[in-house]
Amino acid sequence: MATLTLEHVKKSFGETKVIHGVDIDVAEGEFIVIVGPSGCGKSTLLRMVAGLEGVSEGEIRIGGDRVNEKEPMARDIAMVFQNYALYPHMSVAENMGYGLKIAKTPKPEIATRVQEAAKLLQLEPYLKRRPRELSGGQRQRVAMGRAIVRRPAVFLFDEPLSNLDAKLRVQMRLEIKQLQRKLGVTALYVTHDQVEAMTLADRMIVMNAGVADQIGAPLDVYADPETAFVAGFIGSPPTNFLPASRFGGTEGEQLGIRPEHLSLVAPGEGRIAGRVISVEPLGAETLVHLRLEDGTDVTVRQEGGAEAPGEGMEAGLSWESAAEMRFDAEGRRMRGT
Amino acid sequence: MADRHTGMVEKRGAGHWLTHAGLILGVLFIFFPIWLAFVASTITQPEIVHPPMPLLPGDQFLENYAKALVSGVNAPVARMLANSAVMAIGIALGKIVISILSAFAIVYFRFPGRKLFFWLIFVTLMLPVEVRIVPTYEVAARFDMLNSYQGLILPLIASATATFLFRQFFMTVPDELAEAARVDGAGPMRFFVDILLPMSRTNMAALFVILFIYGWNQYLWPLLITTDPEMNTIVMGIKQMFPSGDDIADWPVIMATSILAMIPPVIVVISMQKLFIRGLVDSEK
Ligand SMILES: Nc1ncnc2c1ncn2[C@@H]1O[C@H](COP(=O)(O)OP(=O)(O)OP(=O)(O)O)[C@@H](O)[C@H]1O
Ligand SMILES: [Mg+2]
Repeated sequence: MATLTLEHVKKSFGETKVIHGVDIDVAEGEFIVIVGPSGCGKSTLLRMVAGLEGVSEGEIRIGGDRVNEKEPMARDIAMVFQNYALYPHMSVAENMGYGLKIAKTPKPEIATRVQEAAKLLQLEPYLKRRPRELSGGQRQRVAMGRAIVRRPAVFLFDEPLSNLDAKLRVQMRLEIKQLQRKLGVTALYVTHDQVEAMTLADRMIVMNAGVADQIGAPLDVYADPETAFVAGFIGSPPTNFLPASRFGGTEGEQLGIRPEHLSLVAPGEGRIAGRVISVEPLGAETLVHLRLEDGTDVTVRQEGGAEAPGEGMEAGLSWESAAEMRFDAEGRRMRGT
Repeated sequence: MADRHTGMVEKRGAGHWLTHAGLILGVLFIFFPIWLAFVASTITQPEIVHPPMPLLPGDQFLENYAKALVSGVNAPVARMLANSAVMAIGIALGKIVISILSAFAIVYFRFPGRKLFFWLIFVTLMLPVEVRIVPTYEVAARFDMLNSYQGLILPLIASATATFLFRQFFMTVPDELAEAARVDGAGPMRFFVDILLPMSRTNMAALFVILFIYGWNQYLWPLLITTDPEMNTIVMGIKQMFPSGDDIADWPVIMATSILAMIPPVIVVISMQKLFIRGLVDSEK
């Protein structure tokens, strides 16, 4: 257990700048999720913390100690890889105990620790098997077990669930969260799946092209995005963007409104009009997609029971002004206006 | 396997039997000379030189083989077998050790001239022993390695082919495995010994079989480097048994020697067959 601090961390591969300066303070036992689209530098950031990638600029501290120059092993971290990276020729028990074996931990202690971890992860019946004799979910657990037995100060996860099917992903997501709570270990978790991010995170970091756009609790980030990118990336279906010039803003500014804050009214009423292009009834909710006169597409989220207009019909749209989020031409949030 | 009804094995009837008949014929065709050699090694000299030659084994088996093993023609066959074994095992193991280490260096370390070294190794693929045999002989002679095991083994111990094969294999090992080992605290050599070596097990076995046979079958090099009959290897030794001038060839003993020379490679192939085939087919990942 330890704190983790990143201070002005930058990374470039030769000429290409990948991380443009990230600052984070992770408290002891906190679960932090880094979320962002593919190629934004999530893995690079995580690998810098792990020590698998050098830090070009800035400082990384674990438990207050600068670790920039330390080998991964000396950083007191454990990492779970996307494709698990289990040693194929070792049994499950050997896989989990390998780190301890290298650290010259006495054999009986390795055995007890592996046993404990196996019990925690319900892996006891499989300890003697090879990784290839396990299902995807079980391999995932072994990878977690390998991280747990080391009793590290920080857990690092790089998209650990992306190779699992949807159902298993939901189950493992819960297990990871419970495990982290139980062990109280600081965790840094990378994903491009916003649902994973929302459900797992104490705080999440939304990355956009090498910059941390926003850091905060999931619901705060959802309710109060700092940038147009965050507003568009977090939330499904995504936030609707309208040109603010039509509602008294200046050219280039944008108005963001979440689908659930829009409501359909009779044609001719409301603040703006559009034509329904498709309706998706999902049971509990119905998504209505409209095209406005200027060609912008917007989505309205309605209660499942509410009456929806048919395709091709004209409809008006209205919303509360309080639900509007204004963004300037650079995509930054404008407040208090 | 035979009774597993997969689509390809399903074929029955005339075609099935014809295929088998063809295969059996092929086997007989290839096996016949070996059978003749075996028959010749169990009869007496006069029986061989007076046609027609018998097609069934005679009663001289023990006598001929005992004579070959203990006294031979120039040197006892037992001695030559031992020489061959030392040479073949030395070459096979040496090649594997050296090539797996160089492949490890080439794939996992970034050092100046890494590409250059790889291509240098690769280019030597084009230089078989025969091409460089004169300078190699010169070097071996100056190092005083004539008539010695070092002389038999060392000049043949580097293998571009094996280096290349291991390199290809290492490149298919996911990077994350090396990273996981690093996070677990394994240094480079530890990673090599604990992870890469066991993963290469089947590849090493396959290579061992191929290289053992390569070493066992060496003819030209042992012929040059050994002059003392005590250092002869069996494959060249057989040729040395042929008489020069008017001497009479002792065919039963020569044939017994030939048969004996075939046994060790066969044993190696059969005993490592399982690993060998796995090494050629899958890479256990
Ligand atoms: N070794 C490298 N050399 C040069 N560029 C690199 C290297 N590794 C990563 N990059 C670049 O850095 C950027 C960020 O890569 P990174 O792997 O961190 O993305 P990511 O956010 O993890 O994406 P994904 O969700 O697809 O895994 C990418 O544009 C990538 O091309
Ligand atoms: Mg990634």
